[in-house]
Amino acid sequence: MSTATPPGTLAAARAVLSKELLLERRAPQTLVAMALFSTTAYVLFHFALRRDSVDGDLASGVLWVTLLLAALLGIGRLFVADRDEGGLDGFLLAPVDRTALLFAKAASLLVFLIALQVIAVPLFAILLLGPTPDAAGWLQLAGVLLLADIGIAVVGTLVAAIAVQTRARDLITSILALPLLVPVIIGAARASAPIFAAVGAAAPAGRWLAILALYDLVFALLAWALFDYLVED
Amino acid sequence: MPTSTKLYGTRLTALGIATAIVLTAAFTLAAFYAPIEADQGFSQKIFYVHVPLAIVTLGGFVFGGICAIQYLRSGDPRHDLRSYTAIHQSLIFCVGALLTGSLWAKAAWGHWWVWDEPTLVSFLIVFLLYATYQPLRFSIEDPEKQSRYAAVFAIVAGAFVPLNFMAVRLADPLIHPRVLNTSGGDLPGDMKLAFYTAIVGMTLLFITLYKVEMTGKHNRAQLKALRRKLTGDGPAIGGRSAAPRVQGS
Repeated sequence: MSTATPPGTLAAARAVLSKELLLERRAPQTLVAMALFSTTAYVLFHFALRRDSVDGDLASGVLWVTLLLAALLGIGRLFVADRDEGGLDGFLLAPVDRTALLFAKAASLLVFLIALQVIAVPLFAILLLGPTPDAAGWLQLAGVLLLADIGIAVVGTLVAAIAVQTRARDLITSILALPLLVPVIIGAARASAPIFAAVGAAAPAGRWLAILALYDLVFALLAWALFDYLVED
Repeated sequence: MPTSTKLYGTRLTALGIATAIVLTAAFTLAAFYAPIEADQGFSQKIFYVHVPLAIVTLGGFVFGGICAIQYLRSGDPRHDLRSYTAIHQSLIFCVGALLTGSLWAKAAWGHWWVWDEPTLVSFLIVFLLYATYQPLRFSIEDPEKQSRYAAVFAIVAGAFVPLNFMAVRLADPLIHPRVLNTSGGDLPGDMKLAFYTAIVGMTLLFITLYKVEMTGKHNRAQLKALRRKLTGDGPAIGGRSAAPRVQGS
């Protein structure tokens, strides 16, 4: 007889992550809602701004407000199933590090965001964006998106873990996440504006990428330090 | 006599008088001693209210965050109460800073709101974030969980503040001369004196109000406990509240 050793943090995180992705594959909910929301937002922007195409700062703003609000949908649902169906209790009973849940949830949110953007950003280019960026522009945009996504995923997981325990879950998610994500929007929108410029498209300025990276780092460390307090029950 | 009463409210009068004296001195200095600023004239005097308010607000948020860390480490509800009171009060000071900032913007630049003044914009974002502290607490019923989650919020928000200031400052290139320079580094000497006195006065005001609030909370808890003892009821089960429960003796 050998005593089973509890799985390590990474193994546990991988298990929870694959559960998240499997759930979404079997019954797509969040991702579909996020994609539909983004598309509707583009239509709304078209009519609200009375513009057939946007470029530069305006394009960057439209894209980032849409992506941020779509991300809120994903953040709002991140822990709901676990809480309602008892997944959270099950996780707490398992002999694994609680940080594994943070890793898994942040990673799954990151995957959702990237998947959303694979759909929503090209759609934005087709529907609203004036001049389509060249290959280098797309590559730079992908970098900005990734840096911003990490920040949104980390802060989103933290906010979702707080909000799921409250009565006014939806309200708390939005009012908590939006101000916290203002620096991400500043960094991401400023960084992608020159890529979308109608004339003289340029690479994003390094300081915006630096701000995004710093934000990601600080909140990742904070989330790591504080997450245990949010799942102890 | 319950022993815990003597700790609270004893030095409040002295503290209150000191606050009144220092604040009066600061505003007198600001009004009569400090020179009239060449560009903006008399309206620049609001600087001696606005900037100290802003600095004390940030100090209060930081203090609330530190208390929250202590709460998470020790689980002692007194730290939570301190954190709650400090953040609550800083939020009120924050509104004051925003209003005086807006007034100053109107006087100096002719607009109630200027987006290219990064400190003001940062304050608005910080206000919006901390304004969710109360609703967050209110929506968690279990008092222990409420305290724990509020502490996590206070720490995250505390780390958010400097990052946010940095991002906003980078976002809007400085167009206006920076009288607002918070360190007061380029102030002439006689302005400096009035400015520093105003900071001390505003800090004392914050501390006095904080002590008044804490004393009030403890007295109320004490009163409830005594009343329960007199009527012989069991421990009262309070309704939902955003405020931490205070331990009566």
